[in-house]
Amino acid sequence: MASDPPYVTAGIEIHQQLDTGRKLFCRCPTLLRETKEHSGEFTRFLRATESEMGEIDRAALEELKHVRRFTYYTYDTTCLVEDDEEPPQPLNPEALEIALSVAKTMGMTPVRQVHPMRKLVIDGSNTCGFQRTALVALAGRLPDGTGIETICLEEDAAQRVVEGVFSLDRLGIPLVEITTAPDMHTPEAVQATAEYIGMVLRSTGRVKRGLGTIRQDVNISIAGGARVEIKGVQELDLIAEVVRREVMRQQSLLAIRDELRARGASVERGAQDVTATAARTGSRILTKAPRVLAVPLRGFAGLVGRDIQPGRRLGSEMADYAKRCGVGGIFHTDELPAYGITAADVETLRAQAGAGEKDCLVLVAGTPDQAACAAEQVIRRAAMALEGVPEETRRMLPEGSTSYMRPLPGAARMYPETDVLPVTVDAAAWDRVPVPELLSDRAGRFVKEFGLDAGVARQIAFSERLPLFERAVAEGVNPRLAHRALIATPVELARKGTDLSRLTDDQYLAVLRAVSTGKAAKEAVPELLAALAAGKPEAEVLGSLAATLTPEELDAIVARVLKEREGFVKERGKAALGPLMGVVMAEVRGRVDGKLVSEALKRGMERVGK
Amino acid sequence: MTAGLRSGDRVRWRGPGGDREATYITDRDGMAVLKLDSGYNLGVPAGECTFAARAPAAAPPCAAVTQDPSLPELSIISTGGTIASRIDYRTGAVTSQFSAEDILRAIPQLRTVARYRTSQIASILSENMTPSLWQDLARAVHREIGKGVQGIIVTHGTDTMAFSAAAVSFMVETPIPIIFAGAQRSADRPSSDNAMNALCSAAAAVSPLGEVAIVMHGTTSDDRCVIHRATRVRKMHTSRRDAFQSLGIPPLGTVEYPSLQVDLTGDAVRRGTAPSTLRDALEERCGLLSFHPGLSPDVIRAFTGYRGLVLAGTGLGHVSTGCVAALKALIEGGTVVVMTSQCLHGRVCDRVYDTGRDLLAAGVIEGEDMLPEVALVKLMWVLPQARDHDAVAALMGKNLRGEIRGRSLHGL
Repeated sequence: MASDPPYVTAGIEIHQQLDTGRKLFCRCPTLLRETKEHSGEFTRFLRATESEMGEIDRAALEELKHVRRFTYYTYDTTCLVEDDEEPPQPLNPEALEIALSVAKTMGMTPVRQVHPMRKLVIDGSNTCGFQRTALVALAGRLPDGTGIETICLEEDAAQRVVEGVFSLDRLGIPLVEITTAPDMHTPEAVQATAEYIGMVLRSTGRVKRGLGTIRQDVNISIAGGARVEIKGVQELDLIAEVVRREVMRQQSLLAIRDELRARGASVERGAQDVTATAARTGSRILTKAPRVLAVPLRGFAGLVGRDIQPGRRLGSEMADYAKRCGVGGIFHTDELPAYGITAADVETLRAQAGAGEKDCLVLVAGTPDQAACAAEQVIRRAAMALEGVPEETRRMLPEGSTSYMRPLPGAARMYPETDVLPVTVDAAAWDRVPVPELLSDRAGRFVKEFGLDAGVARQIAFSERLPLFERAVAEGVNPRLAHRALIATPVELARKGTDLSRLTDDQYLAVLRAVSTGKAAKEAVPELLAALAAGKPEAEVLGSLAATLTPEELDAIVARVLKEREGFVKERGKAALGPLMGVVMAEVRGRVDGKLVSEALKRGMERVGK
Repeated sequence: MTAGLRSGDRVRWRGPGGDREATYITDRDGMAVLKLDSGYNLGVPAGECTFAARAPAAAPPCAAVTQDPSLPELSIISTGGTIASRIDYRTGAVTSQFSAEDILRAIPQLRTVARYRTSQIASILSENMTPSLWQDLARAVHREIGKGVQGIIVTHGTDTMAFSAAAVSFMVETPIPIIFAGAQRSADRPSSDNAMNALCSAAAAVSPLGEVAIVMHGTTSDDRCVIHRATRVRKMHTSRRDAFQSLGIPPLGTVEYPSLQVDLTGDAVRRGTAPSTLRDALEERCGLLSFHPGLSPDVIRAFTGYRGLVLAGTGLGHVSTGCVAALKALIEGGTVVVMTSQCLHGRVCDRVYDTGRDLLAAGVIEGEDMLPEVALVKLMWVLPQARDHDAVAALMGKNLRGEIRGRSLHGL
């Protein structure tokens, strides 16, 4: 392998949920629900509509290969608009303002008249069979020069519960979709751009936080390869790895193509019916299937089983295509004998299908329709291997490899959403759109204003509790204490398994006020938070706080402890401080600051020493 | 500038980030609507566009659609309700499809149920329907029965579908099923109910049914359609797929989806029961008035000169005492007045309270358990046939097409 990094061209699309009061086209709240809370369900079929060419969009057509009945879960927080049983409401102005705010921050130009569109999606994730989306602004640039092509406002899709079942709580939550130019050329640059845009989005303070609220799609191609769109990268940290693995996959597919061509490999139409032979093997899948077809791939031996990405082989790609037809997967001779199929079975099958040693034999099993469809798909994918890398939309797998989802959508899949009126963005409206202070700038301001360490300031600025931090500081709480209680302590408690997710902002503030007014020592913060999070009433937790110790009372306790342990203090000298701290703190925790205890002890030990 | 531009023309747009080509769609609110090559539309100041190239020639016609000659023949008559549509993604235009070929191309499964002939008598939104179009429709239906088809599907906008179905039901006696079908959700959307309603209608049209019916979704799910008698059905929801409900009687049957299995109740009139007749005279000078508290007698007097007036009264069939004199004068002037109830469920009875008895004394005819709009259509149809007031009253009180049930059954 050459040591130079491969030439890669990449762009990203970032989808971020907005934290609006209502959904984009109805008045339902933007609440995610537990699926077990669903109040009803209904079922629908989706049907691809004809385009003007009399052709169905190729991505839509792919979905049709797998005609299914879709089931949808409804909630008391969803309505007939999500069910596609009522026309949409006007575009949510709050969502438009947030999108424009992000656009302004990235130096974009707004669209004068925003036209909501219907984008054909018939995988079941949208009850209408289309996603509503509107182009809001164009042509921006990030500080590092990366171009931002467009920002669109669109409705989120329904969440898949299991195959063919969708939950309607997420459908219609506003998203902004930010599309960069294909300006990135290293995996690290892709990740850095995604991080920067994520920071800009969070700077508005009006986007949703947490897993699943931001999703990245990565568009990648390498020289000689093809454009591939990888959907749904949720963890930022994985973006660079996803890019590296896609480069590896495309390089491997190109190497396989070159070898296939060198071998004179070929793909023929048609598959052999080997149902009877397959029924005599030890494979449960093959013996139970009503139809088993064998596809001989001339000159493919050894290449179908070759790794192209961690955990993925050319055979995995063929299996993904075959699964569109409802079969569970494929068998191929590069991985046989295995799965109850013996070497002798393989020889018999090879002989019957006319496949030689240099050929790879692929088996598909299912109903006659499924098997025929799957064989056709295997042949299609094998033919693509002779060409190189197919243009595809792919889905990210947990570690950063990807599987095939569908072909890249064609361009001709949008038409106007005639049920929603266009929205005009005039100069006055654009002038009113606020530009948020970037979180990175805010972190710098915290360093200057509060004298905080740069790392701490950044941690605060990028935290979900930033608004709460600012509220506390505005009330006069010491910024360091606010950071400790709102950010550092919850992290430590979470590590110990204490769940603080039920704590409200007001409860945090109540604890901070107790410390600020001297009712509680800062050492008590973890205990107080944990008690409130466990559901103890606020009056009990904060009302029963022991009064703070006076210096005299503290000195008395210290004196008693030192007297009881006089021998130990004499023996250990200054080294006794640590162990004695523990003893005193056990007695006074929550009633006095640890720093005061330490000072009182030092003074006391000096006296004992004399 | 957009002057002289045609939809589909390529234009150069001087937009942010430099010039780009786009497709001109139309002018709207003083802006030029463009489609970018990404598929998105946007409105831009007209001055930012210049012509680049003429619209490319229209796409070549699609391959011919074949029909199976061994299947029964159905006739599809369209009035403007969209059962199939096509999207031009280049311009975003959605056009309704009416030819048999285009409908079959949009809903290919229809080919497995029957073969089709098609005709179009109107292309209107159903709120623009008129009694004279009902007559055109009745004549077209009668003509198609005469051609020997096995059944007829009438595609119709849903808003006034029940009126048209009732009108055809009175004007045409039929030995074959006449099925009204439409869609609540636009035919361009992949989720539209058009295809399932069309398929279930075709299944009902080749079934043993022998009367006029509306076939639409039975639930919000794509699981079954319900067959409703034309004179006992009403649109009861503005937007839901299962908007149509049978009132006062159970539905005539169901069509399961996707199996298309038709189940008819014992009440459904069977194929071949009635002869084929056409009686297409209608008296258009008829009105339907919904009473409300405070209704001025002037409103009733405004119907002077009308041949018929159907009242949707309160409860058992009442209007205010203050309106009785105006009604009496109207009737004495030659207007037939029929009382129905805005309750929709249940039967009129003007013999229980004084106001009702006064109405009867004034000459108001009780409309039994007829739906108000069905009573209106029936009155239009009865008036040209009846010699005098008593003859009208007799026909209005008699069940002719299943519009009246003599007995009010439990559970409905």
